[in-house]
Amino acid sequence: MAYRYQKCDLMIDTSLFINAFALISLVYAYHHDRERTKEALIKTANSFIHIMPTILAIIVFIGLLLGLIPPARISMLIGEQSGINAVMMVAVIGSFLHIPALISFPLTASLLDAGATVTIAAVFITTLTMVGMVTLPLEIREMGRKMALLRNGISFCIAIMIALIMGMIL
Amino acid sequence: MKQENENQKVRIPFDVIALLVLLVLTFALLSAYPEKRDPVTAVFASYLLEMMLILPAVMVIMGLFSVFVSDKAVVKHLGQSSGMRGFFTALFFGSLPTGPLYVAFPMASAMLSKGARISNIVVFLSAWACIKMPQELVELQFLGPEFMVARLILTIIFVGLMGIIIEWVHG
Repeated sequence: MAYRYQKCDLMIDTSLFINAFALISLVYAYHHDRERTKEALIKTANSFIHIMPTILAIIVFIGLLLGLIPPARISMLIGEQSGINAVMMVAVIGSFLHIPALISFPLTASLLDAGATVTIAAVFITTLTMVGMVTLPLEIREMGRKMALLRNGISFCIAIMIALIMGMIL
Repeated sequence: MKQENENQKVRIPFDVIALLVLLVLTFALLSAYPEKRDPVTAVFASYLLEMMLILPAVMVIMGLFSVFVSDKAVVKHLGQSSGMRGFFTALFFGSLPTGPLYVAFPMASAMLSKGARISNIVVFLSAWACIKMPQELVELQFLGPEFMVARLILTIIFVGLMGIIIEWVHG
């Protein structure tokens, strides 16, 4: 619980920084090439509209997760008392879930808010982004069976190692 | 053209349907447990606010990059470099803010067939998957600087090792 709530002021700073960065990039790009900047903005608006339903769904889900389920129950599953089995379980879930990376960070933050350990959060985010069971058929077709299976298999293992190390240092 | 429209009709509603189902479920649950109404709405509002503070900016950055940096430029630069320079080039181009992972597979396979090193391609794909710049900004926002920096450094180290291992096994 404490891990995230101390950081409120910092979050505002972060969003200021990101918005300033976007604005500067936009002004620079507009000076550089008006037409392509317009094209980029149209693209942005389109993908924004497309991603909105998923974002709202995930945020509603987070609301239910944190507002409805007693924190004690969640932290029993993935909190300090949970062991390596919980880490493995979350790693498998992360490998099979297929959600846009941008939304996986608030979802991971909600796990921390619910009392998950840093290890659990790290293994979730890393498997979610690096291991893709849903996109595996496509990856096999493009990269070959051996390469695709090696990449996903090793990524799964290093996700667990990264998470365990992060649990130790944070 | 018509077929394209039909494809879109099938594709878009899935997340809309998921959202609607979730909303109905939420209303049902909240009428069953009225005392949970305030906590659920408070969590929803705070996450929505936090997301909306950064999402438009992050997506503008991604949109700009996808238009100004062409796939061809990436393939050209990455195909040429080797050694430590190859590693960092792969890392850099992989982390540029463009598109989901499945967009990178065809690029990676094109580079492999043009003779790029397997280790660099693995690094490129992994950087693309999990340390993209806009994602790191969202991570900074939601998970804080210690978490972000620690995960970033560990990922770079392990991804480099993975590249070497896969190249060694794959031959």
